Amino acid sequence: MMVAQLLPAVERPELIWEGLLPVLLLGGGALLLVLFRSLVRALPESVAGQVAPAMGALSVLGMVLAGGFSGTDIPLGSVVDDLGWVTYLIGLLVVMAVVAWGVARLGLGLDATLTAGLALAAFSAVWRLWNDRLEIDGPMNIVGDQLGLDGFSLVFTGLIALAVVLVALLLDGYLRREGIDGVEMYVLMLLSATGGVVMASANDLIVLFLALETLSIAVYVMAAMHLRRGESQEAGLKYFLLGAFASAFLLYGIALTYGATGSTNLIAIRGFLDSTTLVDNGLLMGGFAMLLVGFGFKVGAAPFHAWTPDVYQGAPTPVTAFMASVVKAAAFAALIRVFVVTFGAYGSDWQPAVAVLALLTLLVGSLLAIVQRDAKRMLAFSSLGHAGFMLVGVQAASDEGVAAVVFYAVAYSMMAIGSFAVLTVVSGVGDRRTGLDDLDGLAQRRPALALAFTIFLLAQAGVPLTAGFVAKFEVIGASVSAGSYWLAIAAMVTAVISAFLYLRIVLSMYLGQADEDADEIRVPGAVALVIGVALVVTVGFGLVPGELDTITREAVPRLVSLGSAVTLGS
Amino acid sequence: MILADLVLTSSYYLVLSAIMFAIGAVGLLVRRNPLVMFMCVELMLNAVNVTFVAFGADLNDVGGQISVFFVLVVAAVEVVVGLALVVAINRRLPDATADDVSLLRG
Repeated sequence: MMVAQLLPAVERPELIWEGLLPVLLLGGGALLLVLFRSLVRALPESVAGQVAPAMGALSVLGMVLAGGFSGTDIPLGSVVDDLGWVTYLIGLLVVMAVVAWGVARLGLGLDATLTAGLALAAFSAVWRLWNDRLEIDGPMNIVGDQLGLDGFSLVFTGLIALAVVLVALLLDGYLRREGIDGVEMYVLMLLSATGGVVMASANDLIVLFLALETLSIAVYVMAAMHLRRGESQEAGLKYFLLGAFASAFLLYGIALTYGATGSTNLIAIRGFLDSTTLVDNGLLMGGFAMLLVGFGFKVGAAPFHAWTPDVYQGAPTPVTAFMASVVKAAAFAALIRVFVVTFGAYGSDWQPAVAVLALLTLLVGSLLAIVQRDAKRMLAFSSLGHAGFMLVGVQAASDEGVAAVVFYAVAYSMMAIGSFAVLTVVSGVGDRRTGLDDLDGLAQRRPALALAFTIFLLAQAGVPLTAGFVAKFEVIGASVSAGSYWLAIAAMVTAVISAFLYLRIVLSMYLGQADEDADEIRVPGAVALVIGVALVVTVGFGLVPGELDTITREAVPRLVSLGSAVTLGS
Repeated sequence: MILADLVLTSSYYLVLSAIMFAIGAVGLLVRRNPLVMFMCVELMLNAVNVTFVAFGADLNDVGGQISVFFVLVVAAVEVVVGLALVVAINRRLPDATADDVSLLRG
């Protein structure tokens, strides 16, 4: 009573629940999933076969509800008007039946189906928010001034949700093959994705730090999840130690920035930096440096890349796919929001540092990838090269550069998931056969698999007619517009160097001699589906980049100050 | 008395925290026992906490002290996960140091 009178009334932040829908679906879904599984360890024999297809059908319903396809909202609203309710409902039932049949046909487990369903619902929530909120009201704050909603955060949320769907489908077959029981992997993945989504929309450095830790800590455990493989635990420990080290640097950077600007809120920091000329900006520069070190670790930029090859090689292959797509994309989203948008006024101070990081990352990624003997390790170094390309776009610090990085993140995520999906099935039980020699003669053993891997590798090399080419082209274009000619030239040279490496693998797949007594490669239907989706995206956005290009150009990060219509753009 | 003349401004705390942070960072790089390495990470995080509190007092803003609570929670979570990893590895390799865990080389 006394205390309540002494304290001033707490002002509640303004909440827009609809904007939180993707976060609630992913995070809340993870908690419900683990609760359900701890109550029901094994389903009764009689219904075990029907539950997963039923959940698949229900997740279509979830998508419809989350996406607002029921007729009042914009995306498919006119469909109901055109068809009438009866036809619409019949169509919905048909789709649900088809999905249930598909889940049964692929033999998907219940956990994977639920995870994919939740992520798909989050994806359609993103669609609804884009059409109903962003296109009409423009960028906004969804939790006080702590979380923002803009095209940028929505694109990354959609990308993360899609990646979760694909990795869940990969994990299903993988966990069964390796005999890893339990729902933990899916729950951790959903929690980690929640962290990634919050990271992409955080408007406060402390919120960003918490989201980053949610993202990272779940992935540390996922990397170490294969308890019978020593490499997996080693990867987990190394990732954990270096990740915690990097987080400490990031946090110190946050503290120094707080000291220099008086706030951890990005909107307030931006406002302060725009209106004030600092006499002594040593603290701020120290903050920039520490933040760059922290983000450099997370995106895997040289010289902070030491963990990448070991962790990518040691972690279970589907988890590596998750790291290459979700973790990298979320880290770049946060990097752009903090540096390009918030510290935009001090571009001349941090851009040279990012340029040096980009150059080093490009060189290390392309040169060290050539000498690798292990396919996963090689792809880890090649992911460094791609991080270097994205840093080239960040360095441009323009709307064009940001759009190019968003395009690159989408394209690379799909290529990486596709490549690691192929490696998941090629490497066989225990992830033993991941050497580059094990890919020799793959074309004779599994021609379709070899063709898919060839397309993913060519896309990573940046061959025209693939999304990889468009992505590289846009990044280099943004760099040239920003006047960083030498960086653009370096990017092109390293692209040529790494093309050599990808072509060498392609050659060995087609001309090499297959090992006679190698195990037969079994491709589960779900993995084939993942490879198919990744192929369609990679080639589709290479042939017709216009659609994704339009979206990425609208996906410019904005900081909206509370209670006023003023938009602080980049 | 020299000590009586000494006015403790926030810069003393900032220097202290910078030194703590540096000790933690160097410790993590030179020590080989995973447990000691965790402790070094904790030292680094607590150094940041001191920085937050010092700045919070300097700016007369409660935000700095609130941030410390979040950092403490994150540090606790990191310890839980880190110790679980060490236990899992020690079951397979008793008395392991960070150098023994080196299947991955390239």
